[in-house]
Amino acid sequence: MSKLTYPLPKTVVELGKSVLDFNDRAAASLRECFEAAGTPVANLISSPGTGKTELVIKVCEELTARGVATAVLVGDCATDNDARRISRVCPMARQIVTEGLCHIEASMIRDGLVGWDLELIDLLIIENVGNLVCPSDFDLGETLKVALLAVTEGEDKPLKYPHLFATADLIVITKVDLVEACGTDMEEIRENIAAINPGAEVIETSARTGAGIGQLASVLLGAKAATSGGGRDSNVVSGRRYS
Amino acid sequence: MHELSLARAIVAEVSQAASDRDIASVAVIEVKIGELCGVIADSLAFAFEFVAGGTALEGAVLEFSESPVTMWCESCEAVVQPEVRLVFSCPRCQAPCPGLRSGTEIEIVRFSSASREVAEAIN
Repeated sequence: MSKLTYPLPKTVVELGKSVLDFNDRAAASLRECFEAAGTPVANLISSPGTGKTELVIKVCEELTARGVATAVLVGDCATDNDARRISRVCPMARQIVTEGLCHIEASMIRDGLVGWDLELIDLLIIENVGNLVCPSDFDLGETLKVALLAVTEGEDKPLKYPHLFATADLIVITKVDLVEACGTDMEEIRENIAAINPGAEVIETSARTGAGIGQLASVLLGAKAATSGGGRDSNVVSGRRYS
Repeated sequence: MHELSLARAIVAEVSQAASDRDIASVAVIEVKIGELCGVIADSLAFAFEFVAGGTALEGAVLEFSESPVTMWCESCEAVVQPEVRLVFSCPRCQAPCPGLRSGTEIEIVRFSSASREVAEAIN
């Protein structure tokens, strides 16, 4: 008896599936929960040192004064320093420690929300891990993807990190109190933003002087109007008041 | 780190799809990466090799293609590509084009099984 050996044709499977499908599915289910509760969600993304945490603190102070219930989830590779800083002005503040992972994934937001009643939260702010590349690919179910850059970072930052700045719903410039000291050309920053994300809303802020904080708080809160079909430009601030 | 998450996702998705089709060993996986994604193909391949070990994807090769940025021009009512890289205005009418149509996706396009031989006893 002998053996006849012959090759089988290889199978080709057309998959056509997003690599980020696992995250997109989790984000879609979060988005449903946020919309059902009428809670706008802002996902803040920037490089380390842009001043996200200080800005979040000032926005929380502003919103507390308006009687708006704000919750914050803050991501870092290590330490809970930021959540501790924020919790001084915002009782609902939690740290997501990613243990080296360079971004937050939707499942981490789901876990981070455990025990909180979304119905009682008027605005959820997610402060992503300081990184201009990776967080941009991961949808967290947010209403607004917010890209931030400080005037200390260079006018061409939006061009150097195109994915984030091209896909952001809102762009926030921080530390504008340092424009003169740094010799920053604000006109050039605005031109670069307009080239990469035409029509994006831009807000100039300073956590130190308070410039732009009120406007930023209103836009983050007003994003709720966009989810329910209204315009983001609406002046109506739709947060529930508890004061 | 970012690429490690993507490598894990590729292994999970393709392992499942292969197992659904009784494919024991995968040889090639074609992955399309959007121009804007910031994914480094070499890093992804490195992470993949590590994550794929001990699975049906062990030893499989990742083949990459790039998906260029395209955008929708409201005034021309057409899908256009930026003339200058990363300047998102219409090459025909110069109007700004905020709506991206491609260039941000990371997709597993297709995969193929390893070739194998079948031995049959004959008289």
